[in-house]
Amino acid sequence: MNTIKQIIAVTLLNLRNLPKRLGSSVVAVVGVGAVVLVFAAVLSMAAGLEKTMMATGSDDTAVIMRSGSTSELNSGLSNEQTLIVANAPGVLKDGDSAIMSAEFYVITDVKKRSSGTDANVPFRGVQQGAFAVRDNVRISEGRMFEPGKNEIVVGRAAQSEFVGLNVGETIRFGQTEWAIVGSFDAGGSVSESELWTDIRVLQSAYRRGNSFQSIRVKLESPESIETLRETLDADPRIDPDVMSERDYYSSQSQGLVQFIKLIGYPLTILMAVGAIFGALNSMYSSVSVRGKEIATLRALGFGPAAVLFSTVIESVLLALTGGVLGGLIAFAVFNGFQVSTLNGASFSQVVFNFAVTPELLIQGLKAALIIGVVGGLFPAVRAARLPVAQALREL
Amino acid sequence: MKYFGFIWKNVWRKKIRTSLTILSVFVAFLLFALLSAIGYAFKSGVDVADAERLIVIDKITLINPLPMAYKNRIAATEGVHSVTHSSWFGGYYQDPRVQFPQFPTEPYEYFSMYPELKMPQEQLDGWARNRQGAVIGRELAEQYSLKVGDRIPIQATIWTKADGGRTWEFDIEGIFETEDPRGSTAFLLFQYDYFEEARAFGKGSVGWYILRVSPDSDPVQVGNAIDLQFANSPNETETSTEAAFSQSFARQFGNIALIVTLILGAVFFTLLLVSGNTMSQSVRERISELAVLKTLGFSDRLVLGTVLSESILIMLLGGLLGLGVGWLLVQGAAQAMGAFLPGIFLSSQAILTAIAVMIGAGIVAGIFPALQAMRLSIIDALARA
Repeated sequence: MNTIKQIIAVTLLNLRNLPKRLGSSVVAVVGVGAVVLVFAAVLSMAAGLEKTMMATGSDDTAVIMRSGSTSELNSGLSNEQTLIVANAPGVLKDGDSAIMSAEFYVITDVKKRSSGTDANVPFRGVQQGAFAVRDNVRISEGRMFEPGKNEIVVGRAAQSEFVGLNVGETIRFGQTEWAIVGSFDAGGSVSESELWTDIRVLQSAYRRGNSFQSIRVKLESPESIETLRETLDADPRIDPDVMSERDYYSSQSQGLVQFIKLIGYPLTILMAVGAIFGALNSMYSSVSVRGKEIATLRALGFGPAAVLFSTVIESVLLALTGGVLGGLIAFAVFNGFQVSTLNGASFSQVVFNFAVTPELLIQGLKAALIIGVVGGLFPAVRAARLPVAQALREL
Repeated sequence: MKYFGFIWKNVWRKKIRTSLTILSVFVAFLLFALLSAIGYAFKSGVDVADAERLIVIDKITLINPLPMAYKNRIAATEGVHSVTHSSWFGGYYQDPRVQFPQFPTEPYEYFSMYPELKMPQEQLDGWARNRQGAVIGRELAEQYSLKVGDRIPIQATIWTKADGGRTWEFDIEGIFETEDPRGSTAFLLFQYDYFEEARAFGKGSVGWYILRVSPDSDPVQVGNAIDLQFANSPNETETSTEAAFSQSFARQFGNIALIVTLILGAVFFTLLLVSGNTMSQSVRERISELAVLKTLGFSDRLVLGTVLSESILIMLLGGLLGLGVGWLLVQGAAQAMGAFLPGIFLSSQAILTAIAVMIGAGIVAGIFPALQAMRLSIIDALARA
């Protein structure tokens, strides 16, 4: 009990004269803050990308592509095959017709606002069912394209990321002019990075005959994907891969997300090691500046445990202050920051927002805590072991 | 140099503190080396590009194919020295998640278009003779332990064969290397004739053309002449230099450079604070000593110089160590991740920048304590002590 009282007394004493050691304390705080800031910033990219991809994926929607194709771009399906899927069991029907959309997309060059250079933007042809198979899509400005006309609706993210996609403008791809008649909101999902038009118009503009890349169908229930898969696998006229939309999009983002994590984690660990050195330095100097103070305390009867713990507590408090500051700055600056990058899997741009999630902030604070403990421990041991007589003589 | 021993002694007067400072500088420059090598990979190809090589792609988008018939018309354009073509095969070997590029092309034409790629003549001849032959880069050969004579199956994700199969088998006929240390060799080349004969669809087309302009003609004019020829046809073209092509592709990755810069900024800010703090502490502790030095006749400038040199020395010690270890790691990473992220490279420019930053940071961190030391009035300082 006595020891605890002593620890509290010494800690309070240390904290009260912190202003006298402002320089080195600020260094420790900033060092730890920078670690948490970089950690949260880099990994919020991965989190944001995952969030965007996950917002797109639904369990009761199935994506059907030619087997072996790793992405829609590589796939090819005939009109006959779309009819086979439409009549397959497990597909949700509205009256007599299946809720589905057979689609294909091409890649077009549109200039990025941030760099002014061309970027691969997905231009998707959809059937009328596209809005029914994706529950979160709705027109937010203007109107829907009219079937058979060269009209486009653009995703909200694409609109803000690329040049010349405002409602009312026209855009030229090759020899065809397209009128932008509306924009749509898709709950922050990947679809918002895309341009949509009537599939018949896109097929003729890009001379694709009557071919498709993928079919999206609404399922009767998430479990009925098995029924659908078995039926289609048994049909000799079609050789498909059937995936839930969620699985498809998580496979699409895997490469990029792993890449960011592969860079982010080692980077943070290295920086944390650097910050530990900074914290050690400032705590060592704090201990050496307070040499006579510590010796006096010891002479007055305070035990070595009180000196040890109070030094560690001071270091932890400094590190946590840094961690909280770094986290707050990361949240203020990066949360919601919109970027677009090339996703190798779909060979097209995906627009997403950085997401500084609570989990990331907690992980960052844990790192700060570790830095504080490690950075305080060695100096604390030295402080506790300080020979009292010698330290007093150094006065 | 006369004072080096003196400066060296001062640097190490507090061993723990100096070691810790050097270690944090070490970490900062280790990060610098790694990040700039990764940043380099993202603009990979830009520096390797040959100014006399042009790339012809479909005007609407890179992924639209161009007719095979364009080849002779491009070759006949004034100022064109030679032309070949390539296409994106997009298959995978063993693991669909780890892909390396495969390109169908013309053996002799391709290797004369890219003189920096080196392969023994008999391997090139062997490849040209074997319709199902393929050649791979050294990086791939090492990564997958492949050797000449192996037969490897590649799973197609786009190009099904006319017989409905999706597995393309190739005989490894040769292994090429590149003379340019920045270039990647993590790709596979195989014969276009085999590709054209066996694929189920898309016959008569190629992905893009690569051409070399004659040494005396202007690449921009040649490019314009080619694009003009195909204007208003169903397949309009866009011709650009290899460098411009690589650059526009690299830009698609977006703000990676910005993010790398932000991280480096945060790292350096921290680094400066740590070492600046150490320096000013060490000066404060030595005030009486510095006064004695001055009493002995050390000039103001000499005092400034020694304190500043201490700070620069600490930066260089930690920085060069970090850069060295970073360089080793980059060599290792380039080998291990060649197929995953080709073009990881620590350029000499990055190394020079890093050294300049070390000296600059040393000056910034040391200048205020050094000035303080220089302006010290002997009487005040001795009185304070």
